Amino acid sequence: MISEDISYEQLKEEIRKLKRKRSSQANLVWKRFTKNKLALIGFIMVSIIIFMAIFAPLIAPYDPYKTSPLERFKPPSKEHLLGTDALGRDVFSRLIYGSRIALEIGILIVLFEGIIGISLGLVSGYFGGIVDKLIMWLVDVLRSFPIVVLALAIAGVLGQGILNVVIALGTVGWTSYARMVRSKVLTIKELEYIEAAKSIGESNLAIIFRHVLPNVLSTAIVMVCLMMPTALIASATLSFLGLGVQPPTADWGSIIAEGRRYLLKAPWISTSAGFFIMFTVLGFNFIGDGLRDALDPTSRRN
Amino acid sequence: MNKELIKVEMLRKYYHSSKGLLKAVDSVSFKIYRGETFGLVGESGCGKSTLIRTVLRLLKPSDGKIVFDGIDITHLHEKELKSFRKRMGIVFQDPHSSLNPRMTVFDILSRPLKIHKLAKKHDELMLKIVEILKLMGLQAEHMIRFPHELSGGQKQRVAIARALMVEPEILFLDEPTSALDVSVQAKILKLLDSVKKQKNLTYFYISHDINLIRVVSDRIAVMYLGKIVEIGDKETIFHKPLHPYTNGLFKSVPVPDPDVKIDKVPLEGEVPSPVNPPEGCRFHPRCEFAKDICIKEEPVLKEMEDGRMVACHLYQ
Repeated sequence: MISEDISYEQLKEEIRKLKRKRSSQANLVWKRFTKNKLALIGFIMVSIIIFMAIFAPLIAPYDPYKTSPLERFKPPSKEHLLGTDALGRDVFSRLIYGSRIALEIGILIVLFEGIIGISLGLVSGYFGGIVDKLIMWLVDVLRSFPIVVLALAIAGVLGQGILNVVIALGTVGWTSYARMVRSKVLTIKELEYIEAAKSIGESNLAIIFRHVLPNVLSTAIVMVCLMMPTALIASATLSFLGLGVQPPTADWGSIIAEGRRYLLKAPWISTSAGFFIMFTVLGFNFIGDGLRDALDPTSRRN
Repeated sequence: MNKELIKVEMLRKYYHSSKGLLKAVDSVSFKIYRGETFGLVGESGCGKSTLIRTVLRLLKPSDGKIVFDGIDITHLHEKELKSFRKRMGIVFQDPHSSLNPRMTVFDILSRPLKIHKLAKKHDELMLKIVEILKLMGLQAEHMIRFPHELSGGQKQRVAIARALMVEPEILFLDEPTSALDVSVQAKILKLLDSVKKQKNLTYFYISHDINLIRVVSDRIAVMYLGKIVEIGDKETIFHKPLHPYTNGLFKSVPVPDPDVKIDKVPLEGEVPSPVNPPEGCRFHPRCEFAKDICIKEEPVLKEMEDGRMVACHLYQ
């Protein structure tokens, strides 16, 4: 017995009920999310891409790297859904494999810039003063460059390869997270529960992790979904310019670059790769918008 | 045991603003004795909340001295302050913003215990939390709720429980009832009163509500524009306010009797800005007894025959 009228067992039962209730809160967000048609469409679009990436070997009708000189520049047909390229490789299969690279780079970039941006934003907003000034100064400097130009310069110095693309784009991308998180922290910092935490002797680190971060997290999740498209396009741009993923790797950006030379002769190469990029970008954008509205009902437009 | 629990001497809290130096709290001195309820009354914006936060060391004092139970805590670092944090609690005005919306009541109440290592095991935490919830008139099941699932009064009970978790000696109450419905206010006041008796607490109660301060306090300090103008026993001050501001403030309380005629507005004019406040006595532009000396010289708190303190040239 924990007290006269409620036993330990009863309390445990209550906690179980609460957990059910909490999941029903998640259900509420999910309901609001699915009510939004665009968000649902975006979710389906992204699911398709993820499905493609996972089951690429099962879906792709051909080996994406197998060249067949006799099959060059075949237009879309029953055998080759999206035709073949200059080396006779099946474009559809290459695009399916390309979704793996795209998602891999996208996720890595978002993780990289998200972790840096959110932590620096928290520190900057919470501590203020000279730390804040320094971080924001760095943000302003980095953002004064056109993103692609700066990423190009960094990728040029670091050399080619997936990891270098991630570093090059992440170096610029974290600034958006830092700004967003900082502004959110500035409002949270003034709330009385932060003062209350201080008054009971909570340390700064504990205040940041227990009180500030959880209240910033929903904004950050939305941010991640909305930054994903930027990351995808930027990495495709780098590949297109020859500084990202290198041929023969099946990457959407480099497929566009390869097809560019034969744009009139075999337009299906570049356009279908472009379509895949657009499809994914749009999907993530819809999800991001939908999540933002579902997590914060007050900001809904309707 | 020290009879004086808190002694504040010439405490100042200044802010640098674009228009000049903002003197939110200026040369304030007072004592709080063990077991009493010390009330601080003043208009909105007079620096009450800044004062309470500075004494608690949530804000860094610009100058002066804060002594807690004989120990100077004015310049202690956060780590050294930790043991004092355990001995002082604060309840804020607005329970809607003083509870983290992402934490359950259990999490909110278990933090103080964990920080000060008063309980470690889950069962132990649970036991203490159930105990305090009962004391607050809540049920054990409330510990699994989130703040948004509670009413305003329930939230304030949780906020009081959080402050009491570590068994403090003094509770700072920053208008704990002003954000609540009138019916709930009375309940919270009764609760605070019974908790005080049960746990032998000392209260530092601030409010702009004169009637409320009169009901809850033993001694009262009146604050005007960052300064304390009068301190004394509740009855002495209410029966014969000496400072013209105190007098005007008490007279401004409406009497619930339709036959009583109000012959004149008790306090004329507006409160000046705390940025570059008036020279001399800060109240002189609004004071009907203002003399030449009031414009030139700032009056200091001086003890009168009946034991109270007044800062006014009329009595010096």
